[in-house]
Amino acid sequence: MSLLEIKGLGIEFGGLRAVHDVSFAMNEGEIVSVIGPNGAGKTTLFNMISGVYLPGSGKLMLEGKDVTGMEPHLLARRGLSRTFQNLQIFQQMTVLDNAITGYHLQERGSVLADLLNLPSSRHRAEAAREGAQKLLARVGLARAAEQEAGNLSYGALKRLEIARALALSPRVLLLDEPAAGCNAVETEEIDALIAEVAAEGVAILLVEHDMKMVMRISKHIVVLDHGEKIAEGDPATVSQNPAVIAAYLGTQEAEHADS
Amino acid sequence: MKLSNKQTALVVLAALIAITPLFFPSSYYFRVGSLIFVNSIAVIGIVILAGYAGQISLGHAGFAGIGAYACALAPVHLGLHPAFAVVLGAIISAVMAYVVGRPILRLKGYYLGVATLGFGILVSMVLANEREITGGPDGIQVPDLGLRAIVKTMGLDLNNSEFWYIFSGLALILGAWVALNLYDSPTGRALRALHGSEIAARTVGIDVARLKLQAFIISAVYASISGSLLALQNKFITPDVAGFMHSIEMVTMAVLGGVGSVLGAIFGAAILTMLPQLLTVFAEYEMLLMGLVMMLVMIFMRDGLLPSILRRIRGKDE
Repeated sequence: MSLLEIKGLGIEFGGLRAVHDVSFAMNEGEIVSVIGPNGAGKTTLFNMISGVYLPGSGKLMLEGKDVTGMEPHLLARRGLSRTFQNLQIFQQMTVLDNAITGYHLQERGSVLADLLNLPSSRHRAEAAREGAQKLLARVGLARAAEQEAGNLSYGALKRLEIARALALSPRVLLLDEPAAGCNAVETEEIDALIAEVAAEGVAILLVEHDMKMVMRISKHIVVLDHGEKIAEGDPATVSQNPAVIAAYLGTQEAEHADS
Repeated sequence: MKLSNKQTALVVLAALIAITPLFFPSSYYFRVGSLIFVNSIAVIGIVILAGYAGQISLGHAGFAGIGAYACALAPVHLGLHPAFAVVLGAIISAVMAYVVGRPILRLKGYYLGVATLGFGILVSMVLANEREITGGPDGIQVPDLGLRAIVKTMGLDLNNSEFWYIFSGLALILGAWVALNLYDSPTGRALRALHGSEIAARTVGIDVARLKLQAFIISAVYASISGSLLALQNKFITPDVAGFMHSIEMVTMAVLGGVGSVLGAIFGAAILTMLPQLLTVFAEYEMLLMGLVMMLVMIFMRDGLLPSILRRIRGKDE
C-alpha cells in the first residue's frame, strides 16, 4: 500500500480540462516531482490533492483511506501539509507567530481557557512556541523571529512557509516551487532541507522549475502537459522521453514566437 | 520587571480610568465617561471580529438590543434579578449569533456586511413592532440594578453617574483583559491567521468556519453586555439601541481608533463619544465637521488613530 495514491484525478473549469486522468503513487521518504510547461496543470493538481479544489473525477487515497474531496483542515489532521507557489504568509504577524500557527493542531484547546488566560492555555502556547523556535533555527530564520513577516525577503518567506508546513509533522508534504525566486545559495539550502526531511520518512511531492534541482533530488518524476500525464519514471528515463522533450521544446518555441 | 504589551495596555487603561475624574469640572463628565466605557465594550467585540478575524458585521447593534431588552423584560416577566438578566441577554445573544452566524459567515466581504445588516434591522424592527411586550418605538423602563444601594450600605455613597462610571469602567477593564488574552492565545493566533490568509489557515489545520463562528459569538456577547449596561445605567431603553446607526457607530469607532488594537478601539470610542459634545459649539455644522474628521483620519491614518500615532512616536525615537 502506498502512502499517497492518486487515481485518475481530474477537474474542469467551465468546460476546460485543467487536469485530466492523472494517476501516480508515492511512498514514505520518497521525493516525487511534478514537472511540465507553464499552464500544464501542476498547481491545479496540487490544489486538488491538498483539498483546496474539489476534484471533478478520480480518487485520492491517503494511507489506504479515501480522502477525496476532504477539506484542507481535515487533510492536515491526517498528515498532509503544503506550501504555496504564490506565498500565503500571514503578513501582519511576526515570523515566530507564523511558525507557531503551523502547530495549531497541537496548541488548540478550549476557547474559554484562551479567553481567561488559564494555565492550560499558556502551556499549549508555550509548547508550540518552543517547537516553532527550533523550526525557525532549522530553516535559518531564528534571528528574524520577532520581525513582522511582511518585512522578510522572498527567499526567507519561502523558507518560513516550509517551516510552517513542517510544524504539522506531516507524513506527506507538498511543495509548490519552493526554490522559485531564490538565489543559488538559497536554492542549495532548500535543496538540502528537502533531502533531510525526506530522509526522516516524509513523502515529498514537489513542483519545481529548477530542472537541475528536480533531476538531482527526485526519485520519481511525473510529467504533465495540457493537464495530462505524458510520462513518468526516474530522472534519467524521463529526461530522454521524446514526448517530454517535445513538450518542453514546443513551449520554448512558442515563447520565442511570443517575444 | 519589564511589562508585556498586554500588561502595559491594561495598566494604561486602568490609570486613565482612575485618574481622569480628578479633572472633571462637573459630575456630568462621569456620565460621558461611563458612556465611553459602555461603547468601548461593544467596540472591543468588533475588534475581535473585524480586527482579529477580519470579518465584518454591520448588525452588531442587534445583539446590543437583545442585551438591553433582556434587562428591561426579564426582571418584569421572569422575575429575574437584573444582574442575571445581563447573563440571560448574553446567553440569548450567543445562541442567536450561533444560529445566524452559521449560514452567513460563509459569506465574505460586502455580502457578509449586508447579511449582518439584515440581522440588525430585523432585531430593531421586532423591538419596535412588538409593542405589547417591548413598549414599541417609545421605549421601555429598565429596573434598577440595585448594586448602588448595596455599595451605599458598605459606606460608599455614590451618585448614579459616579457609580456607573466606576462599574462600567471595571467592566471595560475586564473586557479588555479578556480580549488581550485572546489575542496572544492559540485561538487568537488562529483568528489572526485566517484574517491573513484563509487558504493558508486551512492548510495548517485551522477549522476556519468554526473559528469565525466562535469570533462572531464572542463579539456578540460583548455587544450584548454593552447593551445591557447601557440600559441599566439609563434606566430606560428604546429600539434605537439595536438600530442601524448604532451598528455603524460601533464599526466606525473601531476603525477610527484602530481596528487591530483593543486600546485603539477604546480610543476611537472615546473620540466619537466626546466629539459630538465638543462640536456642539459649531451648532448646525456639527455633523459636517464630524464627517470631515472621520474622512481625514481614514485618508492620513489608515490603520486608525492610535496605531498611527504610536508609530509616529516610535519612529522619532529611532
